[in-house]
Amino acid sequence: MDQLEYTALGQTVHHCVLPNGLRVYVDARRSYSKQFAFFAVQYGGMNLRFRGEDGEWLDTPAGVAHFLEHKTFDTEDGSALQRMAANGVDPNAFTSSSMTGYYFEGVRGFEENLRTLLSFVSVPWFTPESVDKEQGIIAQEIRMCEDDPNDEAYYRLLEAMYTEHPIRTRVAGTVESISRITADTLYQCHRAFYRPGNMVLCAAGDIDPQRVADIAREVLPPEPTTATPAGCGRQEPPEVGARFTRRTMPVSMPLFALGFKGTLPEEGGCLRQRLVAELTCDVLFSPSAPLYNRLYEQGLLNSSLGSFYSAVPGCSFIVAEGESRDPELVRDEVLKEAARLSREGISQELWDRLKKAAYGTMVRRLNSLEDTCIEMAQTRFDGEDYLSFPQVFQSIERADGEALLREWFVEGRTALSVIAPED
Amino acid sequence: MQQHWKRLADGVELAVNQTEKFKTGLLTVTLTIPLREETATAGALIPEVLSRGSARYPDMEKLSAAADGLYGASLGPAVRQRGESQCVSFLCSFIDDRYALDGSAVLEPAAALMGEVLLDPVLQDGAFRRDYVESEGDNLADRIRARINDKRSWTVFRLIQEMCAGEAYAVDKLGDAGRAQAMAPEELWAGYRSLLSGAKVTFIYGGAAGPERVEDAVRRSFGPLLTGRSAPVDCPVEAEPKGPVRTVTDAMDVTQGKLALGFRTGGVTMGEGGYPALLVCNALYGGSANSKLFLNVREKMSLCYYASSMLDKVKGLMVVSSGVEFSQFDRAQEAILDQLEAVRRGDFTGDELTAAARTVTNSLRSRLDSQGQMEEDQLTRLLFHSRWKGEDLIRAVESVTADRVVEAAQKLRLDTVYRLTGKEG
Repeated sequence: MDQLEYTALGQTVHHCVLPNGLRVYVDARRSYSKQFAFFAVQYGGMNLRFRGEDGEWLDTPAGVAHFLEHKTFDTEDGSALQRMAANGVDPNAFTSSSMTGYYFEGVRGFEENLRTLLSFVSVPWFTPESVDKEQGIIAQEIRMCEDDPNDEAYYRLLEAMYTEHPIRTRVAGTVESISRITADTLYQCHRAFYRPGNMVLCAAGDIDPQRVADIAREVLPPEPTTATPAGCGRQEPPEVGARFTRRTMPVSMPLFALGFKGTLPEEGGCLRQRLVAELTCDVLFSPSAPLYNRLYEQGLLNSSLGSFYSAVPGCSFIVAEGESRDPELVRDEVLKEAARLSREGISQELWDRLKKAAYGTMVRRLNSLEDTCIEMAQTRFDGEDYLSFPQVFQSIERADGEALLREWFVEGRTALSVIAPED
Repeated sequence: MQQHWKRLADGVELAVNQTEKFKTGLLTVTLTIPLREETATAGALIPEVLSRGSARYPDMEKLSAAADGLYGASLGPAVRQRGESQCVSFLCSFIDDRYALDGSAVLEPAAALMGEVLLDPVLQDGAFRRDYVESEGDNLADRIRARINDKRSWTVFRLIQEMCAGEAYAVDKLGDAGRAQAMAPEELWAGYRSLLSGAKVTFIYGGAAGPERVEDAVRRSFGPLLTGRSAPVDCPVEAEPKGPVRTVTDAMDVTQGKLALGFRTGGVTMGEGGYPALLVCNALYGGSANSKLFLNVREKMSLCYYASSMLDKVKGLMVVSSGVEFSQFDRAQEAILDQLEAVRRGDFTGDELTAAARTVTNSLRSRLDSQGQMEEDQLTRLLFHSRWKGEDLIRAVESVTADRVVEAAQKLRLDTVYRLTGKEG
């Protein structure tokens, strides 16, 4: 295996690409007790439309990727979940808009657990009965999310911001859309996306890297494969579809999600755009930000405020979410401050300090095997290298943040979603 | 990893876990007082007000700038409950010196910043600033009222309130919303002074630095705290329910019902010999993905979206928490109790027992890979002088027999049932 050295971070990652197209990354850390493995598919809630084997475009119901994630644990000999749990590890999975990831962590039996993981993910086993039963379980999960005011605020925001891009689709789908999913749909999607060339395997912890590659080679099909072509809807306009949306729920005070529709990064610039966008979030919304402090002191914001940048193929955006007695006033103040900063410039001292803090925060996150593996996989799907972040930071200037503020933080690209208390 | 422990004064201790496996250091200081209705609000509010500014960094922006300068050190308050104690903490996580781009030390300035925030607040007329107390009082009240937003944790919170009514355990560690909003700066200041002089003080560090260096940083930064104090930490345990099983039902505008069942463990807590068996019993019954609740109630019978059990190892409680359809409350409750009966009868295989014990030992071992979890566990152990230390507990769990699990299950007594149901119409 090749060794990727990251001297500034004190890390070494072992890497290879198998003949079947699977990319393997291993971050060996002998001082840990745990081993963590993450097997990821570039397929998520937004990938409703894709080219099948015959070259025709296929449309699938909302929620298939997530449904498939639940059913992937089924094997001909029962549930892989229980087989691995019997080994003392608790395997789990998640589906985001652009990725499905299966993982486990444990302190023993790593090789056997890795074989089980690779095998149940790559060998599909669905029956009409098990699909029927899962519909009940997932319908409950969908209802639970519908009762969650934060999820509701977020999805209503995306529905307002995006008119074409499937990021607006709820990852779990709706009770109606999942009722149209059959065992055949699942087989079709599994065939299309669960191919080594469309997947990444990352592992970290007390592990022999070469064994990870050897086991993957033994368990997975050897035929060469490539990434799956998937559509992301018609051309998305630069402006938001609706600037405001509101509903009531049983909450104690209004909560909001405030979104800013972004532009697409240039080729090879995903990680760079992410770091610039996150720093820009810090300039406005972090505890070091003058705006945040002013609104906090005015009682317009509290410490629940958080902000993040998100990007998937075909779209990128920034969201600030929190609680406020007057979310509309918060939105107006944010836009005003962004306009001022893009006119007068961001303070160099603030920018340098936030950059130092952001670097330290990313170094701290490397403590977590989970975070490290998930970030490595996500960034590899973009064709980039997560652990190059110290170098990318060096290339970022405050003019990058000012340009982003000028372009993204304007009325036409801004949408506000509010969940208000009843009565 | 090398573990060191030292008494710095009566009621003041320092624990150091020296290891190079992390990229960071974590230093925490915890002031522990009895959890009581009269003092809980002040205990929860004090660290929030302190976090607004110190004499040197008098507002959040300046304080946050100081933390940014330490490579984004995260310095924050935490209010935690351990049994019937309220633990008021500051936690600071910072990158290890090895990764500082300019090669400077981070531990000492981070400890100094913590010390300033805790011991040298910005003052107005000899007390906390009035505007800080008012706005943090409002924020705390909002947080207390916002508990209701997450129905899953709200359900467990309500169960405990009902089940432990009259016990200090049921006092909200965040205090009372009305009191928080009405708190006067002078009253809070008095609470702060008595917290500093009377609380038990625990310093915990994890990271690459050695014990001498850490002790030196603590002594320089927290001098006024290093005075002797008599601060016993106590948690009365009710071994049995006080009366017959009670059922409490609330109605809210929700689409999914929630069901929580509270049990007493028969007096078994982390200090007891029966504790390893209780851990395995909990994992077997509802604490893992191959537990009886997960396999039968959730998977086989599709009665619940989630159904799991968890322990409070200090107070001696077990809580089962689940999400159910309104029409299925009775069936789900019956199924949850049936599974417990099965454990009590010894109706489980050797494989199930082994898997449950593995779940427990794996979790104990993996917690050593997280500085935050190590700190959580160590705080509990230091406060309650657990007889079970690291590898001893793991070995004891591995040798738990089926009989001991059955015994632990037979000691469990259902105390209170809580149901969150929808509104009619």
